[in-house]
Amino acid sequence: MTEFFRQSLSITVKDLRLEMRSKEALNASLSFALVILLLFSFAFDPSSEHTREISGGLLWLVFAFAGVLVLNRSFARELPNDCLEALVASPVSGAALFLGKALANFILLMALELLCLPVFGIFYNVNWTAQFWNLLLVLALATWGLTVIGTTFSALTVNLRLRELMLPVLVYPMMIPALMAAMELTTHLIAGQPLSADLWLWLRLLIGFDIIFTALALALIEVVLVS
Amino acid sequence: MGTKILYVLGALAAVLLVRNLYVILLGLPDEKDQGAIYRIIFFHLPAFFTAALCYLTALISSVVYLVRKSQRADDLALSATEVGLAFAAVNLVTGMIWARIIWGIWWTWDARLTWALITWLIYAGYLMLRRAIDDPSERAKNAAVLCIFAFASVLITWKSIDWWRTQHPGAVLSIRGAEGGLDPAMESMIYFNWLALLLLCIVLVAVRMRQERVQREIDALRRHAHAL
Repeated sequence: MTEFFRQSLSITVKDLRLEMRSKEALNASLSFALVILLLFSFAFDPSSEHTREISGGLLWLVFAFAGVLVLNRSFARELPNDCLEALVASPVSGAALFLGKALANFILLMALELLCLPVFGIFYNVNWTAQFWNLLLVLALATWGLTVIGTTFSALTVNLRLRELMLPVLVYPMMIPALMAAMELTTHLIAGQPLSADLWLWLRLLIGFDIIFTALALALIEVVLVS
Repeated sequence: MGTKILYVLGALAAVLLVRNLYVILLGLPDEKDQGAIYRIIFFHLPAFFTAALCYLTALISSVVYLVRKSQRADDLALSATEVGLAFAAVNLVTGMIWARIIWGIWWTWDARLTWALITWLIYAGYLMLRRAIDDPSERAKNAAVLCIFAFASVLITWKSIDWWRTQHPGAVLSIRGAEGGLDPAMESMIYFNWLALLLLCIVLVAVRMRQERVQREIDALRRHAHAL
């Protein structure tokens, strides 16, 4: 078991190191996130009270759009020089490979989100620090959900000609339960409300989503990777 | 499935549908609140049941494919999903027509409607994924994995009226514990029409499976001809 996690961790470290050296996914997704934040400001009046009511939704749309750019690169990065084949052939199990990649994506997405939050707070006049630790919990849970779905489907579509087109089409509908819960929770937390019984329901949905899809992904990833 | 059996099943479906339509349109009275439009339920509900059963069939055959690598299981998963999408579309469209009359709007973003649409989109994505992969065994394998993930949304659609407060009417069938819902004559009509749609569905899936098999034979012959 420790061997399994050690292998996952080395994959994570490898992916993060690659990303830190090239910064291709992070730069692209961060600037994309800023562009979307800018575009939203034209869709409605950013100063109105109404904006605060939909702020959670906006924020998560930005994260989902920008996040897919990171997820898309996750397996596609291994295509040149047949690195993916080498990884699959290496004595690392598919599940360990998946977990390692998912963890790397999770860290990248969390970094992206934490960078976007202050920008969002400034541009849209939203006080996101009111319930910061609860918000961080929601961010972590929902991001893990997005990451698991995204990483699985990134593996599923890695060999396609239309990879960049297919991934969003498949991933967004699958992500909806997690996104829905995250939007609802974030909107309330940003408004400064504590986690009430109502919100616990959404949190449970989020946790359930994470557990179910992590288990499914770990069970099926071996089939996906080995062709 | 033999051609004769298919013809018999198809004829049975046709006869049953004509008989059902006769009873629905001329036999059963109008509903006291909704008037004539309530009759749409006799297609709206059975279409959803049929679609859900198709998705379930696709799920099971996808698992069978992954375990046994049987080509027929993959054919069945594809055929069932395609036919299921058609029935799900009937479900969505009839629901929209009903909503236009009763609610005054074609669409509302409540949990049931939204999830039905999401499910439809996910399975449409399944078909798109299949088209995007050229290698047959790679296609079957990846599609099977997606199909297993996709079924979660069918379950959510089904349970959404219990989990959220929806504008969509709650359970109406007595087996789901609905009280004072439908008149027994109307409820049994729902099941009769489901039977008719189910027969039609079986015929369509069988024909579609045959097409897939023939397609594969043609491909094999073409490869053979190229090799000569």
